[in-house]
Amino acid sequence: MAQVLDKPVELRAPVTPAERVARRKALMEWIAVHSLGVAAALFFTLPFVFVFLTSLMSDSQALSRDLIPHTWEWGNYKKVFDTPGFLTWWKNTLIYAGLGTVLTVVSSIPVAYALAKFRFRGRNLSLMLVISMMMLPPQVVIIPMYLFWAKQLDLSGTLWPLIIPMAFGDAFSIFLLRQFLMTIPNEYLDAAKVDGCGEFKTLLRVVLPMAKPGIAAVALFQFFYAWNDYFGPQIYASENPGAWTLSYGLESFKGAHHTDWNLTMAATVLVMAPVILVFFFAQKAFVEGVTLTGVKG
Amino acid sequence: MSTITLASKRRRSALRTLAFMSPWLIGFAVFFAYPLISTVYFSFMHYDGFKPPTWVGTKNWTYVFKNYPYFWPAMRNTLWLVVVMVSLRVVFGLGVGLLITKIKTATGVFRTLFYLPYLAPPVAATMAFAFLLNPGTGPVNSILEKVGIPAPGWFNDPTWSKPALTLLALWGIGDLMVIFMAALLDVPQEQYEAAELDGASAWQRFRYVTLPNISPIVMFAVVTGVIQTMQYYTQPLIAGKVASGVIQGAGTQFEPGYPEKSTLTLPQLVYNLGFQRFDYGSACVVALVLFALSMVFTAFLMRRRGGLNLAGD
Repeated sequence: MAQVLDKPVELRAPVTPAERVARRKALMEWIAVHSLGVAAALFFTLPFVFVFLTSLMSDSQALSRDLIPHTWEWGNYKKVFDTPGFLTWWKNTLIYAGLGTVLTVVSSIPVAYALAKFRFRGRNLSLMLVISMMMLPPQVVIIPMYLFWAKQLDLSGTLWPLIIPMAFGDAFSIFLLRQFLMTIPNEYLDAAKVDGCGEFKTLLRVVLPMAKPGIAAVALFQFFYAWNDYFGPQIYASENPGAWTLSYGLESFKGAHHTDWNLTMAATVLVMAPVILVFFFAQKAFVEGVTLTGVKG
Repeated sequence: MSTITLASKRRRSALRTLAFMSPWLIGFAVFFAYPLISTVYFSFMHYDGFKPPTWVGTKNWTYVFKNYPYFWPAMRNTLWLVVVMVSLRVVFGLGVGLLITKIKTATGVFRTLFYLPYLAPPVAATMAFAFLLNPGTGPVNSILEKVGIPAPGWFNDPTWSKPALTLLALWGIGDLMVIFMAALLDVPQEQYEAAELDGASAWQRFRYVTLPNISPIVMFAVVTGVIQTMQYYTQPLIAGKVASGVIQGAGTQFEPGYPEKSTLTLPQLVYNLGFQRFDYGSACVVALVLFALSMVFTAFLMRRRGGLNLAGD
């Protein structure tokens, strides 16, 4: 009887003591790595969870030390939307981010293409200038820029001083696109030229379809840049609440509802949500963008 | 004949390059070169935006360096942030990058969760942290006190405000995590196998295989981190405003750097001098200091390259 039971065990490869130690070590490592992973996941997600839970609390409970809402006040979100200005900020943000993104992409593509594929004198210098501008704090030239837009063109109180410059190429987008275009083999371009395509036609018909992932990454980064921008709207739009964006208006929300943490957190959720939603649809483009600007040449 | 066609061909290709580069060339001249020169010009002028500018020589410069009470605190804070925040971000980013390469279950879920905070709009993230770390009613201090750990004052306490900002920066580590992850996955596996055969411990494998392989990326992360610190604006400003309970609106003067100038950074001074005190001249001085510092680090980044492969050929 015992022999019969032993048989299946013997069919497996015999486990040597060394293997047993190795297996136990691997298991311990698996447990250690995954518990660390769960701890890190808590660190990264709990702030979102607490913000969301607070956004559903009543006024008084938001000021208490409770972590879970007693009653789930979904009406808080309606209150945020009913706040004067909130929908206007939403609309302004979409205009700033949407129009800005289109202008940036259209104006940055030819520049990135020239920097990636043309050989000309001053190319390396141009590229270095692009990178330097990418690294520059926006505050460096803000005083003359503000005086130019506000005093000479009388455009303060609008978002145009932020949108118009985007029609003239954006350093970060040019750099990211250039990094992407470098990965497209020259053979494709040469083939197009043999077929009689001019430089412009080659860019339009051959390069752009291949560069879609790079363009998607640039568009997303630019959209989020405008969505998140606080300094720009603060400089140009602060005097006119009708021109505020969500990122700028959000902070005033805290002011308008001085201690209403529940409504402030509901508004915070509403500002974060679109960004996170878009990310779920475009994860690949994002990660590609981050690695392209950070690692690959 | 052939020389003529060659010359015209060259001219055509130069024109073509010019045409493709034109958006950037115009943008560079109008939105960077011209304003930069104006910044230098205004730094020697007294200008309040109403009366015409008058020449005052180096008066703005001596004012900023000697008498403007916010300048040196902002410099000291920047130094603190460069040393503590940037190094912690690099170490933590590398740690999270290592961890994520080792996780073999639900990898996608973990990666997404770790990356999401990086996407949170800075204003929203800072307001969230100002709430979470609120010393009176915030959930973090509620939990700390339940566990019996003395709860700090975070954004309301000058000794804790910068650590609180650092915590916020560590939360948004997603970009560095991705960069480190890509670099770690590129380390040749054979080197690990060879090290293992030689009986190297886990630490020795990290020290003698991983680290040398990823050191350009570490360098890249350090230098870009320093450059980002030169631009650090929204988070310290919002944290100070929310914690001090200031209400936004016409005529409200916000004392920058609450509490006790502990969250001041250089970009905030440009705003304070230019748009709150209407001293455009002095604001331009700070802007030029900022420019000089950023250029030093950018030059360093381009020389070391890190991962920024410039020429590409």
